[in-house]
Amino acid sequence: MSPDRTTILDARALSRALQRMAVEVLELARGTDDLVLIGIQRRGVELAERIAKLIEKEEGVIVPRGALDITLYRDDLETIGPKPVIGETRIPADLTGKHVVIVDDVLYTGRTVRAALDELADFGRPKRISLCVLVDRGGRELPIQPDIVGTPVKVNGGERVDVLVEEIDGRDEVELVKTGGGSR
Amino acid sequence: MKSAVLGKDLLGLERLSPDQIRLVLDTAEPFKEVSERPIKKVPALRGKTIVNLFFEASTRTRISFEFAEKRLSADTVNVAATGSSVQKGETLVDTAKNLEAMRIDMVVIRHPSSGVAEFLGNRIRSNVINAGDGQHEHPTQGLLDLLTIRDKHGRIEGLKVCLVGDVLHSRVARSNIWGLLKLGAEVGVCGPDTLMPRGIEELGVCRFRRIEEAVEWADVLNVLRLQLERMEKGFIPSLREYYRVFGVTVERLERAPRRLTIMHPGPMNRGVEIDSRVADGSHSVILDQVTNGVAVRMAVLYLLAGGRPELAAAAKRASPPGPLSTSWRGGTTGAPE
Amino acid sequence: MTRPIVLRGGRVIDPSRDFDQTADVLIQDGRIAAVGVGLGAPDEAEVRDVRGGVVAPGLVDIHVHLREPGNEDVETIASGTRAAAAGGFTAVCAMPNTDPVTDNQAAVGFIVRQATLAGLTRVYPIGAISVGQKGEQLSEFGEMVGAGAVAVSDDGKPVVSSHLMRTALEYARTFDIPVADHCEEPTLASGGVMHEGLVAARLGLKGIPAAAEEIMVERDILLAQLTGAHVHLCHVSTRGSVDLIRRAKEQGIRVTAEVTPHHLALTDGACEGYDTHAKMNPPLREAADVAALRAALKEGVIDCVASDHAPHAYDAKEAAFDDAPFGIIGLETAFAVAYTELVESGLFTLPELIARMSTAPAKLLALAGGTLGPAAPADVVVLDVTARWKVDPTLFFSKSRNTPFAGRTLAGRAALTVVGGKVVHEAKARGAPAPAPSP
Repeated sequence: MSPDRTTILDARALSRALQRMAVEVLELARGTDDLVLIGIQRRGVELAERIAKLIEKEEGVIVPRGALDITLYRDDLETIGPKPVIGETRIPADLTGKHVVIVDDVLYTGRTVRAALDELADFGRPKRISLCVLVDRGGRELPIQPDIVGTPVKVNGGERVDVLVEEIDGRDEVELVKTGGGSR
Repeated sequence: MKSAVLGKDLLGLERLSPDQIRLVLDTAEPFKEVSERPIKKVPALRGKTIVNLFFEASTRTRISFEFAEKRLSADTVNVAATGSSVQKGETLVDTAKNLEAMRIDMVVIRHPSSGVAEFLGNRIRSNVINAGDGQHEHPTQGLLDLLTIRDKHGRIEGLKVCLVGDVLHSRVARSNIWGLLKLGAEVGVCGPDTLMPRGIEELGVCRFRRIEEAVEWADVLNVLRLQLERMEKGFIPSLREYYRVFGVTVERLERAPRRLTIMHPGPMNRGVEIDSRVADGSHSVILDQVTNGVAVRMAVLYLLAGGRPELAAAAKRASPPGPLSTSWRGGTTGAPE
Repeated sequence: MTRPIVLRGGRVIDPSRDFDQTADVLIQDGRIAAVGVGLGAPDEAEVRDVRGGVVAPGLVDIHVHLREPGNEDVETIASGTRAAAAGGFTAVCAMPNTDPVTDNQAAVGFIVRQATLAGLTRVYPIGAISVGQKGEQLSEFGEMVGAGAVAVSDDGKPVVSSHLMRTALEYARTFDIPVADHCEEPTLASGGVMHEGLVAARLGLKGIPAAAEEIMVERDILLAQLTGAHVHLCHVSTRGSVDLIRRAKEQGIRVTAEVTPHHLALTDGACEGYDTHAKMNPPLREAADVAALRAALKEGVIDCVASDHAPHAYDAKEAAFDDAPFGIIGLETAFAVAYTELVESGLFTLPELIARMSTAPAKLLALAGGTLGPAAPADVVVLDVTARWKVDPTLFFSKSRNTPFAGRTLAGRAALTVVGGKVVHEAKARGAPAPAPSP
């Protein structure tokens, strides 16, 4: 491990956090009847899948889950430019009357969640939308708060939080990275 | 404004790299899904103004662009040459200057003269998208043809694609030739010499003078529209004979050694360049082309619309991002997330 | 009478007498008084030190469009001859596609008079072959020659009717003038805007095949043979034409030909990016054509260089390639383009180039100039072949700016131009922009 990277959650801690989040999701949604998990591309999709599986193991039912790419709902196309590859958006069913839980890896300014809320509205009218994130690193620019948090992290200037997942990155870990560069 | 990935304008496929072409095709994929949503609209180009400047009638291309623009939430204005100041003798330069003065973000232009899209692109800051210039290029048609071939065959590299008919007067043919060659396809052209540009073989395409040879060789036939006035201008003796000698018919396809994919950029002259039974039959992907047209045009608009690389770089450097200089077209936006 | 002039110490090149050595030239009473080493200067003489320069007979351009009468906003006889003087030309031939067409003695006389008023480069009008250049009825050659015309041409348009071309050639014999033809078979060239070839195929522009020119070149040669008359072929552009002309000359047929500096320098590749400054008729051809044209000019199969100076309004070329007019201006770049492309490349000697730009064209139409022989009219140019300059069209004396050479760095320019013993152009300090024309 390079001196610029500090582990916040290792694989086991991350696993425990997810288990706790799964329980909280179940409590929040009062069971699985109306529950739909929607992961935000890319790592949110993997985390939603893990949480869904944990719930399924516990409850013995299939939890509908989908994926959302918010690229086309961003407000910074002008400055950032087009994202070269846009991920898949897959909504499992009509969302009207459902309790949708948005799952993402890191909550920062809130702009991604804002875009996700806008996008979900184009797919129906859920009964309720909740927000579930693995890491809340603060720094909000919009009035958006999470319902479920895996772990809060204090991040200073020139630092960034990286969430690594097995399916994409080959290992499970949450790291604090000193870069002096931008944030994700 | 210069897009980070495609440059300022989309003028033709000749000057795009294979990677840029693949990027457009890959970007088009998620846009297909947008057109399947209950609300077929995303806010990506909200606040952008786009003029569709058509100096030549073209219902199909104009509608396809308009759908693409509207599904990206852009504000669009259609200007048809008929009845506009253009027909009252206004020069192209004046038209360009007027658009510039109105702070248009993008111009989609169709014009009967080759090179006009480039002419316009060199004179205005707005992004220019060539929707067909004379006999030069029709890049979005070329891209949607590539996407359709890739959808159908799972690849483009190594496929044999033959353009059949009036290559001489066809901007679709030129865009297809460049796009296909850049993505590693083998390209054939088939038709009478009267409808072939001189020197076409030097572009690296195979020349077929008989449709039977093309059918024998190809995996895909892209059948070009035969403008009916070609007969009057003496390029072919009659439509009747053209159909007999070069028409893509069921009988000819039945003799093909493999199952051919049939494409046509439209509008079709049934019974001239293509047999109705072929156009409506199982070989045909002609309607897929139309569907893909909207997705490809959304991808092009999206890729051209955003991103001043210098601002992106500045945003990356500054943490938190400092105030950014404003450009003539808009203010600063928030930090990337 | 103007003061005598002594040009002292230049390299004197006179192709008419195979003369090429350092010498002085004495100009007196509008004529060449003497050429020799260590000439004494008469009293009152203006002695100019031209060491390092080249003294040659003034350049002669037998194909220019001065646009007056009719299009004085793009060029006048005064502005065109000022440009010619700046380019080192002491005589030019004005093509008759003016408005109205120069197809009668009054029109010819008007041009002569305007040129006299301008008092710069000599202007020799070329009359129209047919009334209104309509290709139907012969113009009055006799009266036009009487008023000063030195040839007839329907340039800008080909003579479509072979019968008309035949009668023009036959009738021109009476007055011993050539018939100059713009060789273009109109049904083949119809709608074409550039050379038919790979570049046109890529750009999607309609091509003009080489055959469109060659068919008419061959027709004109056959008619010259039939009539025994002198046919002059304007702005030849293809290697096929060169072959046809060579064969005709070998057979003793009275055919002469010219080539433009741009056809010697550029190919159809210049049309890339839809650059309308590369749109001309005949079109720029291929590299093999350029090579053949250069070789033919050196051999004498093509007799001379002519600029086909064709001014257009500044915004006319700001258009779609299809819609832009054909033609470029050339008087102020002709020598430099030819010198850079032909002499600097080692293909031509300087005397060979001067022969093709002065002696040969003067002889072709029996004009003043082309020689520094004793008592010849003092039409002289001093060339600075060491000058390197960047083409800046805003500094042109021509009223028009349509050139494909803008921004190119060229070698060689006229330092001093003398017509009939009078200085009509003098370049400012080497490499510096030329001064504005004095009225």
